Amino acid sequence: MEPILDIKNLDVKFALRTGEVTAIDNLNLSLNKGERLGIVGESGAGKSVLGFSIINLIRKPGFIGNGSIDFRGKQISTYSEEQIRNIRGNRISMIFQDPMMALNPVLTIGTQMTEAIFAHMDVSQEEAERIALEKLAKVHIPAPEKRLNQYPHEFSGGMRQRIIIAISLLTSPDLIIADEPTTALDVTIQAEIMDLLIELCESEGMSLILITHDLGVVSEVTERIAVMYAGRVIESGPTEAIIKNPQHPYTQGLIKALPESRKPGEPLYQIPGMMPTLTDIPPGCAFNPRCPMRGDICMTKRPEAAFADEKTGHMAACHLVSGDLAS
Amino acid sequence: MFAFTVKRILQALFVMLIISFLGFSIKHQFGDPIRDIVGIQVSVKDREILREEMGLNDPFMTQYVRFLKNATHGDLGTSFFHKKPAMDVILAKAPATIELVFAASLIVMFVSIPAGIFAAINPKHWFSRVTMGGSIVGVSIPVFLTAILMIYFFSITLEWFPSYGRGETVNLWGWHTGLLTIDGLMHLVMPAVALSSIMLPLFIRLIRSEMMEVLETEYIRFAYAKGLKKRRIRYVHAFKNTLLPVITVGGVQLGIMLAYTILTETVFQWGGLGFMFLESVERSDTTLLVAYIIFVGAIFVIVNTFVDIIYGLVNPTIRVSGRK
Amino acid sequence: MKQSLQNFKDSYLFYSFKRDKIAIISFAILLVLVVLSFSAPLIAPYNPYDAESIDIMNSEMPPAWMEDGSSEFLLGTDQQGRDLVSTMMYGMRLSILIGLGAVMLQAVIGISVGLIAGYLGGRLDNFLMRLADIQLSFATMLVAILVSAIFQTMFGASRYNELAVPLLVIIIGIAEWPQYARTVRASVLGEKGKEYVEAAKVVGLSKVRIMFRHILPNTMSSVLVISTVQVANAVMSEAALSFLGLGMPVNRPSLGSLINAGFEYIFSGAWWITLFPGIFLVLLVLVINLLGDWLRDVLNPKLYKG
Repeated sequence: MEPILDIKNLDVKFALRTGEVTAIDNLNLSLNKGERLGIVGESGAGKSVLGFSIINLIRKPGFIGNGSIDFRGKQISTYSEEQIRNIRGNRISMIFQDPMMALNPVLTIGTQMTEAIFAHMDVSQEEAERIALEKLAKVHIPAPEKRLNQYPHEFSGGMRQRIIIAISLLTSPDLIIADEPTTALDVTIQAEIMDLLIELCESEGMSLILITHDLGVVSEVTERIAVMYAGRVIESGPTEAIIKNPQHPYTQGLIKALPESRKPGEPLYQIPGMMPTLTDIPPGCAFNPRCPMRGDICMTKRPEAAFADEKTGHMAACHLVSGDLAS
Repeated sequence: MFAFTVKRILQALFVMLIISFLGFSIKHQFGDPIRDIVGIQVSVKDREILREEMGLNDPFMTQYVRFLKNATHGDLGTSFFHKKPAMDVILAKAPATIELVFAASLIVMFVSIPAGIFAAINPKHWFSRVTMGGSIVGVSIPVFLTAILMIYFFSITLEWFPSYGRGETVNLWGWHTGLLTIDGLMHLVMPAVALSSIMLPLFIRLIRSEMMEVLETEYIRFAYAKGLKKRRIRYVHAFKNTLLPVITVGGVQLGIMLAYTILTETVFQWGGLGFMFLESVERSDTTLLVAYIIFVGAIFVIVNTFVDIIYGLVNPTIRVSGRK
Repeated sequence: MKQSLQNFKDSYLFYSFKRDKIAIISFAILLVLVVLSFSAPLIAPYNPYDAESIDIMNSEMPPAWMEDGSSEFLLGTDQQGRDLVSTMMYGMRLSILIGLGAVMLQAVIGISVGLIAGYLGGRLDNFLMRLADIQLSFATMLVAILVSAIFQTMFGASRYNELAVPLLVIIIGIAEWPQYARTVRASVLGEKGKEYVEAAKVVGLSKVRIMFRHILPNTMSSVLVISTVQVANAVMSEAALSFLGLGMPVNRPSLGSLINAGFEYIFSGAWWITLFPGIFLVLLVLVINLLGDWLRDVLNPKLYKG
């Protein structure tokens, strides 16, 4: 079965005054219909850039270089502005990180919802409001009729994020990209929002890309994970496989760093060093300066994705996995 | 919203009190009401009698209260030079200034909003660059110089517009307006343009920078992510947010414009309040001077309060109090 | 001293300055104007204040390159027969002096008020800021005109003219202090919560000492940013007041008074009396504004204009 989203050899660069910087480097990723995929990595790894590049919403001076993004068989990375506008908020919806910032403070919730409907569907005002109310109910917002005339500042953080999710559902999209949807919320609300997302994906048959730095969240919500480092996917596969049996030294470090991995009283593990900035990516494997198992080849040749388990599709871009480096 | 409005109105009254106090102190200190009424040819003895009768030897506060009471009835004293009640003089001259400020405000609004928005959306366009560069120069040219240069070019050299006065006016129930005659409008053009020239650079830059800031916000990005059309994003989402701070600045700038009418009216011999004020300074007509201060003060206070209330209405975060 | 010079040369300020052509050109022009005006007594062709040297027969002569002009008076003469070049040089000196003086006065008043209001807070803060707001809403130009009108009434015309320079400094200083007060107060409010203030309190330093020795230096960057604009504004205010006849008198004219004087003569064709002082006034204010803009960009990188 053809994947609903297929990203091949994607390059995303930023044209700065000092030169070009690569934010995403030759990235491959695919997503099947109805699947929930997590994109995990530290801040600056390029996860959000990846999310935005799918609907071509990267801020200038960023631009998509080589590579292609196929959605439902069409190459949307070459779409014109008008064509991609028809996809945005329609077939592919996006949930932003900070719900307070994502809503326009001077427009009512009703306006911000119905306009998204009018942009893609030719319906009457009453019909649009009906759809809006329906979706508000779906995200469990009490008394939805009252909400349409209220303003964003009248809601709590958790409610606002539900509203954002409701907006993303208005056109019954095929894919939702959720960019750190719970980072700006309290921990208790986080769990509710995540449960809501799972519920909606299952009931509506939507695919989900969840972008986050939180391994805990990812392990509960997603079916597959792609781990990003310095603009590259360095490991991908089924969630359980990656959490229980990480192949790439970086992923191993991430798992080791989780508080759950330590026994009480032991210090928390930290991966030594820091992820390089976009202008300082080392040659060869981007992780090599911090890797405890680095070999000579790691410093010169960039590893390609190799199967750790061909049956499940668990891959890692590491010379240890491909066999080029003896362990 | 109601509480907000009441608070603002109370503040306004308080400020008016302070202004009236200052105005009265000036009048008390430097004014000579006797001279205002009977001129200088009166003997010292008669002056003393008059002083008693008029209550000018009463304590300061008593006189102040009397002044306030009179003021609320519209009696601000008598102008020495014009030999008429100050209020009458002011009301006769006010229309000229009001029309001038009104015309200048219109020009500012209809030029700066499109220019600012255009410059924000197309920052690299030559028009935007010229406008932004020109605005620094514009801010550095004093209004009276602009006025003089305009007179030189458009009146003397090109002979397109008349160089002084209001021209023909029509009397609408006591309001002498220059807006209803071609001649009056021709006379209005240059002063209005000159007056607007102070505000234009400021507003264009303000609108441009506000719009640019708004265009960078997350909610605009989210609007794009929803698949809205560019036009709607710019003129509905961005524009309303841009306008909010502009309204506040607009209120303050109105005050500044009123101040600069003094300069503009002088150059164009425009018979309005500014011109009247300068004359009263030159002639030591203290009563009229103080009356001007109080009148203009009142206008400032009213306009500022009004602007604040309008801002409160337009900005939903104030109009509808949030739950948090 | 040498080390400070070296520090300055290495600083970001200097680096940014060298890269910004507009800043360099503006600074150069400003330097030329300042030097010209302050060395007026030494290098001006004539002394416009010396009644002996002025001949009314020379009045209204056009610039040297025009017909009827003479090379004795490079840019022509004004209505009293004074050489325009010399008069402008002295006039610009007055404008700059008054501008600087007024800004220093505003700064002293405004910074003190801002520090006190911001640091001590409470009802004092409310009261002071209300005062500032009221004055601000009146527009500094109006306040300046009002105060000078009052001063004129107080002192009488001739005494006022004698004391014009210091009076103008006071007038403009009074008119514009709220700007400094508000800026400094905002800055102080931001600094108040910082740890070095707590530390100073714990050590037991007096309020005054904390305000002036510790907090004040940290508010300097915002003070510096508005100072250039304020100088430009002060020069413009003085020009406006002189134009209205409330500033420098005709016998010791600043650029503003010259423009005023020249205005009448524009109709009879003697445009140079207004135009040249006008050009130099605009030039002076423009370069100060440009430098101010550059300074603001340098000191506040997140406010870049794009």
